Amino acid sequence: MNNVQRRSDLPTQALGLMATLILSVGIYMAFVYVPADRVQGDAQRIFYVHVPMAWLAYLAFAVIFVGSVGYLWKRSMRMDRLARASAELGFLFTTLVLVTGSIWGRPIWNAWWSWDARLTTTLILWFIYLGYFVLRSYAGDRERGARYAAVLGIVGAIDIPIIHLSVTWWRTLHPEPIVLNTSGPNLPNSMLATLLVCFAGFTLLYIYLLVQKYRVELVRDTLAEREMTMMLNSRPHAHGSTSQVPTSPSSRSRITTPGDTVGASED
Amino acid sequence: MALVWKDLVVELRGREFLGAMVAFALITIVTLNFAFDLSGSEREASGAGGLWIAFLFSGTLGLGRSIAVERDRGTLEGLSLCPVPAGAIFLGKFLSNLAFILIVQVVALPVFAALYNLPALRPLVLLIALVGAAGFAALGTLFSAVSASSRSREILMPVLLFPLSIPIVIGTVRVTTLVFQDRSGEAWPWFNLLAAFDVVFVSLAYVVFDLVLED
Repeated sequence: MNNVQRRSDLPTQALGLMATLILSVGIYMAFVYVPADRVQGDAQRIFYVHVPMAWLAYLAFAVIFVGSVGYLWKRSMRMDRLARASAELGFLFTTLVLVTGSIWGRPIWNAWWSWDARLTTTLILWFIYLGYFVLRSYAGDRERGARYAAVLGIVGAIDIPIIHLSVTWWRTLHPEPIVLNTSGPNLPNSMLATLLVCFAGFTLLYIYLLVQKYRVELVRDTLAEREMTMMLNSRPHAHGSTSQVPTSPSSRSRITTPGDTVGASED
Repeated sequence: MALVWKDLVVELRGREFLGAMVAFALITIVTLNFAFDLSGSEREASGAGGLWIAFLFSGTLGLGRSIAVERDRGTLEGLSLCPVPAGAIFLGKFLSNLAFILIVQVVALPVFAALYNLPALRPLVLLIALVGAAGFAALGTLFSAVSASSRSREILMPVLLFPLSIPIVIGTVRVTTLVFQDRSGEAWPWFNLLAAFDVVFVSLAYVVFDLVLED
């Protein structure tokens, strides 16, 4: 049993190792290899972390969208788990984007926040993520929670471009002058290379974390199901439902072999 | 459609939440006076913003209950047993909710115009009120159904609905501000944008509504 576990984990571990490696290179490049920005100085270096995370914040919602459509179409808990796993990571990265952006904005803009179109959209994205979790935790029933969250995942994914469009219009039509020095696409080669390495590293990190998070959700689902069957078994009048009980424990124990991991995560 | 008619009749007989919606919109408009400086040079912009905050709040309050009430009465089951597609139920609820918002606006806009001496009754304002209300009602009806079965629907509704209806808020407030500032000519692009949003939101809600009603 342990062997099965090992073998299936090998690609994941390789993935994690690669993410670590590339990220280490990326961090080295961001701090040592790349020269400091002429105007912004060292503060600009946060971009090599900030921009890839912003990409992940939106990528994660795209994955939620895929999981949501998949769940509503096939009704498989796998797709729901994918959406769930991606939601938590997306929320994490969105939070980090907002935080790192503020840290950068303080010395450069002399303000923690500016109502620029991109910032505003990301902030609203953060609130949509938040609503996604609130919806799941309040839905009660698992199946219903998955279904409702999938609906929000689809509506949210379609709404985010709309929000961005309207926010951009709102900003550009607004007479208020905002001097935002968005550095154009013509970066020096060393900066571009560093950014690309960080992009690759962070994307691998996201995939690695997604796989791990998916497994945690799987264990969580299995636990919940096992609890249900145990409750059904302990109830004296459970004759009607006995037909489903024997099938689940045997199949379950095959999937979640590491009983120790389950116990550990429960603590 | 029969469903719209049923909702309107029930509401007119009971006056359960239409009255509350109107009262809430009005008190929000009055409270604005204390929250913003509505006598200064910025009064067009803050007035327009406040007006739509009032509609947003009262709309959320009213729409949040529109499906929950059906569920509590057990009439939602009856509706889903009817030999009509879920899309028809959505359209019925959507149109009756839209009617409620419009009634609130019909009462609140003259009051607002009188209290703040702003031209809130110009045709362009009425038009944007209709366009904005349509998109909001579409999203509101969908999320009313989503939050209807949950334990704390009063919290869930605004948490889900507000971020998603930001585009509508931005568009309507911009148009209203431009009209108040006598710059109506600049408002037309926003109209097209909001009309496009309405089409997207209504069709999106129409498509996913039966997934919400499933249980």
